[in-house]
Amino acid sequence: MATESVTFPAALPISRPLVDRLHEWVTTVDHKRLGILYIGYALVFLCIGGIEATIMRVQLMVPHNDLVPPQVFNRLFTMHGTTMIFFVAMPIVFGFANYMLPLMLGARDMAFPRLNAFSFWLTAFGGLLLYFSVLGASGLYGAGNAPDVGWFAYAPLTSQTFSRGHSTDFWTLSLLVSGIGSIGTAVNILTTILCVRCPGMTLGKMPMFAWLILVMAFLVLLCVGPLTAAQIMLTIDRYLGGHFFDVQAGGSAVVWMHFFWIFGHPEVYVLVMPAFAIVSEIIPVFSRKGLFGYPFMVAAGLAIGFLAMSVWAHHMFTVGMSSSANTFFVMTTMAIGVPTGIKIFNWLATMWGGRIHFKVPMLFCLGFLFQFLIAGLTGIMLSAAPFDWQLGNSYFVVAHFHYVIVGGILFAVFGAFYYWFPKMSGWMYSEILGRLHFVLFLIGFHLTFDFMHIPGLLGMPRRIYTYEPGRGWDIWNLIVTAGVVFQGAAILVFVGGLVWAYFRRKPAGNDPWDAWTLEWATSSPPAPYNFAVIPVVRSRRPLWDLKHPEDPDWKYDQ
Amino acid sequence: MVVFSLLAYAVVTYRNRIDDDNREPAQVYGSNQVELAWTVIPVLIVLALFMASSRVIATIQNAERPANAIEVVATGHQFWWEYRYPGLKVVTANELHVPVSDPSNPTPTFITLLSADMDHSFWVPRLAGKTDLIPNRMNHTWIDPHEVGLYLGQCAQYCGTQHAKMLLRVYVQPRAEFDRWIQEQQQQAVTNQAVSEGRQVFESTACVNCHTVSGTRANGRFGPDLTHLMSRDTIASGVADNTPENLRQWIENPDAIKPGARMPAMGLGARQVEAVVAYLATLR
Repeated sequence: MATESVTFPAALPISRPLVDRLHEWVTTVDHKRLGILYIGYALVFLCIGGIEATIMRVQLMVPHNDLVPPQVFNRLFTMHGTTMIFFVAMPIVFGFANYMLPLMLGARDMAFPRLNAFSFWLTAFGGLLLYFSVLGASGLYGAGNAPDVGWFAYAPLTSQTFSRGHSTDFWTLSLLVSGIGSIGTAVNILTTILCVRCPGMTLGKMPMFAWLILVMAFLVLLCVGPLTAAQIMLTIDRYLGGHFFDVQAGGSAVVWMHFFWIFGHPEVYVLVMPAFAIVSEIIPVFSRKGLFGYPFMVAAGLAIGFLAMSVWAHHMFTVGMSSSANTFFVMTTMAIGVPTGIKIFNWLATMWGGRIHFKVPMLFCLGFLFQFLIAGLTGIMLSAAPFDWQLGNSYFVVAHFHYVIVGGILFAVFGAFYYWFPKMSGWMYSEILGRLHFVLFLIGFHLTFDFMHIPGLLGMPRRIYTYEPGRGWDIWNLIVTAGVVFQGAAILVFVGGLVWAYFRRKPAGNDPWDAWTLEWATSSPPAPYNFAVIPVVRSRRPLWDLKHPEDPDWKYDQ
Repeated sequence: MVVFSLLAYAVVTYRNRIDDDNREPAQVYGSNQVELAWTVIPVLIVLALFMASSRVIATIQNAERPANAIEVVATGHQFWWEYRYPGLKVVTANELHVPVSDPSNPTPTFITLLSADMDHSFWVPRLAGKTDLIPNRMNHTWIDPHEVGLYLGQCAQYCGTQHAKMLLRVYVQPRAEFDRWIQEQQQQAVTNQAVSEGRQVFESTACVNCHTVSGTRANGRFGPDLTHLMSRDTIASGVADNTPENLRQWIENPDAIKPGARMPAMGLGARQVEAVVAYLATLR
């Protein structure tokens, strides 16, 4: 029925003028191109955020350093945090979700392709708006300044009294705009997963990736709303004489904290869920064994999503909540450790008795497992409020959440990148450069973030542009900064690997990993219509069934 | 540790050996018993951790205030600390003095935390966990130090440009020494005719809008109380030693010591600065 593929634009000659090709990228509504745009956009911002982090680390290398003045340092950490969360982590996971979901579900595109493009461009312009503040924030004389209120922008630092000019407005509007884009993407993902799966793919036969992305999309839908509302309230405060957070007129600084963290904590799971999703695809393939305990993995994912909405105030143990409120949030926060543990055990059990191939994607996933385990343990430590009273807002917390975001999420994302790069480009990456990237990044990561815990334990708070000598922090800060060199080198190798793959153009084939989900059933890169014939599936691993007709999965599925 | 060893074991044992042919390993889809085990055991661990934490929370947050507790009101400012001892009528800045507490007859210090402008956080790691100072809100914490000495800390909630140099110094003193310190602080500022020129400069410029010197017309509350400035070891919230040279530099240009500090450079002439420093140096 659907064999008219020859007429699709994929057959156009590659030598079209550059302007035409650019025009196609700008006006595209193809989920694969948008996915690549998301990923490329995020990688650019990753470099910007990384440079900001590097400047901060050089500043903190030794006490009383004066590389940058305090005003600049405060802008750097504000921009670093905002960039990495909103314009690196979210776009990159949206990118993979966008690219992979329709392929994995056996669909031709997302449910709303135009909404998809609209959401991407909102996010993209949000990021540009944030960085335009560097030029235009003061509003006069072209002498702008980036926002300096910290990435969670606690009131009343953001009030007109304390934040003159427009730097805070650029921050507010850029998150407002990209937040609307995120909500659009969430709606699109939910609809796609619930409505456009191929015949035979019941919810229980979806790849685990789709399940966890579904949970992510629900969380985005629930948590970005409060953030958007808070940004609107802040703007009303700043320009229309509102008093939501204006403490001098009876407003409440704590209300902002609640609004921000009821977004901010689920946001962590918005980023972690796709990492789980990626790992749940890669580990089985490279262990040559189906995912262990699928129904339990689904249940654990849903449980984490549910609990994630009720833990936000563990960011606020020090604001003087009542002991019963503190106790409640200790309980919910600790409880989230249980389903997370179930996930880790199931991944282990998947590898157990398998036959593990140490390709680059798998290496990154093993790094993820190891580091996420440690991040979970420090997380459980911090969930105990008395412990948090000591270590909240210290470098221990900074180390903890970088363990989650870099050691967990970024490792998984790099894994995903190497895993699906052959599918997206049609070319194979260099295994040697990939491994070098992994090793350098692993060394750099551990040098930086392992040793970052220690100054926190020794009483070093976050967000200070310099510190006094003689508190025992000096040597640890030096080691932490040394790790940056390795991380930077790793990123250079990563980029080098991309360039190598581009020029080498070694064909990857449709199914280089001998994998089992539907994206490997089509060409690499897939045609704009994804599948010439919409596939029909009978189990969670349709390609396994094809490759092993003597022992198909559907015989065992409940 | 257990999980980590399992991970290491799995990685080593089940790696793909070169002599393996391309056969796929046995496909196992899951096991309800195993899942149950690794759900129930963590639930029990979490339950135990939760009970332990909630007990500690209740002990700390619901602690009774003994009758002989010292009472202090700490107010966070950009970027310094104001301390008031309401019962004792003492006001000081940046250096908190408390008596050492004898475990058999504890005299803890209960601190009420307020803020004049921004969110700050009171954190002296060796004395107590941190508690935020939030404008338009009253928070509480308490410390019960058992050893004399100087305890360092600093603001732990980002509060603006000089968040990094909002240092905390807590002097835990033997009871007698503390009482003597209180008595000294209760005195009015000394008057010394030798430095009347400096006093005149001080009182006729904007200094008095922000600073208080008791018994004079200087009664501002935006900056630290200077009545007993010389009894403090440091200036600018623990940033610099309290020496005449540093004072002079501070008055000439606060940004040189603490860029972004709220005190403006007063634009005094060299002679006036010398006179003010000489005046301040008498405020013991």
